[in-house]
Amino acid sequence: MHGALRLVGWRLLTGLGVLWGAATLAFLVLHLTPGDQAQAIVGGENAAPTPEVIAQVTREYRLDEPWYVQYLLHLGRVVRGDLGTSYRLHTPVTQAIGEQAGATLELAAAAAVVALALSVVVALASAKRRRWVRGLASGSELVIASIPSFWLGILLLTVFSFGLRLFPATGSHGFQSLVLPALALALPIAGVLGHVLREALEEVLEEPFVISARTRGQGDMAVRLRHALRHALVPLITMTGYWVGALLGGAVITETLFTRQGIGRLLLGAVNAKDLPVVLGVVLLSAGIYVLVNLLVDLLYLVIDPRLRDAPAPAARTAVEGSA
Amino acid sequence: MRRIRPGVWLAALVLALLVLAAALPYLFTGQDPLTVDSGATLRPPSAEHLLGTDENGRDVFSRIVYGTRASLLLGFGAIAIALAAGGLLGVAAGLGNRFVENLIMRLSDVGLAFPELLLALVVITVAGGGTTNAVLAIGVANIPNYARVVRAQTLSIRRSTYVEAARALGLSGPRVVFRHVLPNAVKPVLILATIGVGTALVAGSALSFLGLGTPPPEPEWGSMLSTARAFISRAWWYGVFPGAAITLTVISVTVVGRALRLRSEGRTW
Repeated sequence: MHGALRLVGWRLLTGLGVLWGAATLAFLVLHLTPGDQAQAIVGGENAAPTPEVIAQVTREYRLDEPWYVQYLLHLGRVVRGDLGTSYRLHTPVTQAIGEQAGATLELAAAAAVVALALSVVVALASAKRRRWVRGLASGSELVIASIPSFWLGILLLTVFSFGLRLFPATGSHGFQSLVLPALALALPIAGVLGHVLREALEEVLEEPFVISARTRGQGDMAVRLRHALRHALVPLITMTGYWVGALLGGAVITETLFTRQGIGRLLLGAVNAKDLPVVLGVVLLSAGIYVLVNLLVDLLYLVIDPRLRDAPAPAARTAVEGSA
Repeated sequence: MRRIRPGVWLAALVLALLVLAAALPYLFTGQDPLTVDSGATLRPPSAEHLLGTDENGRDVFSRIVYGTRASLLLGFGAIAIALAAGGLLGVAAGLGNRFVENLIMRLSDVGLAFPELLLALVVITVAGGGTTNAVLAIGVANIPNYARVVRAQTLSIRRSTYVEAARALGLSGPRVVFRHVLPNAVKPVLILATIGVGTALVAGSALSFLGLGTPPPEPEWGSMLSTARAFISRAWWYGVFPGAAITLTVISVTVVGRALRLRSEGRTW
């Protein structure tokens, strides 16, 4: 168990390092971007603040301090969970994100469930089957993974919203308005996951323990579900970073296309208005999620693979990194 | 001579046609992509307008053909930037001392913590939109990935016998790096980059779709879809065909890339 604890500790440390780097990057972007920060805080291009107001804001935000003091102040704020004030909304960034987080979380969770379920079902049904079944599955995975989610969304809207009138085209309330956006976000991810899962499953189905299970008289589906699937899921867990990123990035597009509420729309509005604090806030948040998710994945490895629990730290670390 | 699967041939053919369309679009269509015809707005596909017309009466087919250049540029240009910068950083990390290696690798750790599109959005917030900046943004977002892969390659090549032999023969350091290490480290990455072009193209056209890449009226597939969004209830062709062009391109690039990878691993095409 000692090795496992050290592994987790090491990961926690590198995760904090990444977050520190991200916060530093945010500071650099904020300060190296041309334009007067005090001016940006007070208002848009049309606002004509008096020199007194600018001076007051400069004092208030301590913009007159040397850069290293400002940097430390910035790090201090990030640590306390203060991501600054939006140039555009004039509210705290954390509040702006918090108001939109629920809608995005709902969309991302729905899409993750759909993507996972779809890829598991298709992989289970098609791995090591007849040639044409595998061909069909891998062909549709290739097509689905290549389709940009915004086009998929337009196709879904054309068919199900304007053609068959089954689902509303816009809005973010209720299950009905969640179906199409979740599908548009989930399908391309499901294509990638399905491809990886099927290859892993085909490899596992050749293993001696699978043959041994078959010789004990277990049915084909029972072998796949009870023995093979567990092992084949490991690469998907390794890829968690990829699909969390894909969900976050995809949310920007899906929310815009379906005019849904959410962090993605907030982010796009901020990019257009050059509202840097909000943009950097969302980016920092996503880095935080990435670090957290990867830490959870490491812990999950310890649950899945008992060998790692008793291994000395360096060995455990290579085992985890080797599979990544 | 190994047999090449017909699907791979087809994909290579599509890619060749796309490159040709990007270079010489007027070979494929006689209609101008920018000519407005207010008497023929949102017409369905017909003999005159193969894929219909848009809200300004412009021919959708010729806009797709003329849009190939900007769209391919987004994919290939971004990966070229990522490959060049990532390659240099990767080789530097693989050959440099501990400090250089750690610095580059930890920076790439930070870069990898951000989803590609989000990192690109930061670049665009600072630098502004437009085709060039979109290429730059997607390129920068991809650098960490390539730096990592090239570093791994460099590390294994550095310990290989032919590098040792070159050293033993008394070749100068830079000569070993540029003649032996760099080409061999980049070659496998080139294959990876082929597939990367597809995802970069999707990311680039996504920026255009969000209104941050190629601005209208310049034809580009993503920005066409962005305008088409307002008309899907009345003109299905407008929303369907530009996206089909993106998807076809990405599929072709991926199929060719996968075939190249399989070949380099010594498996059949």
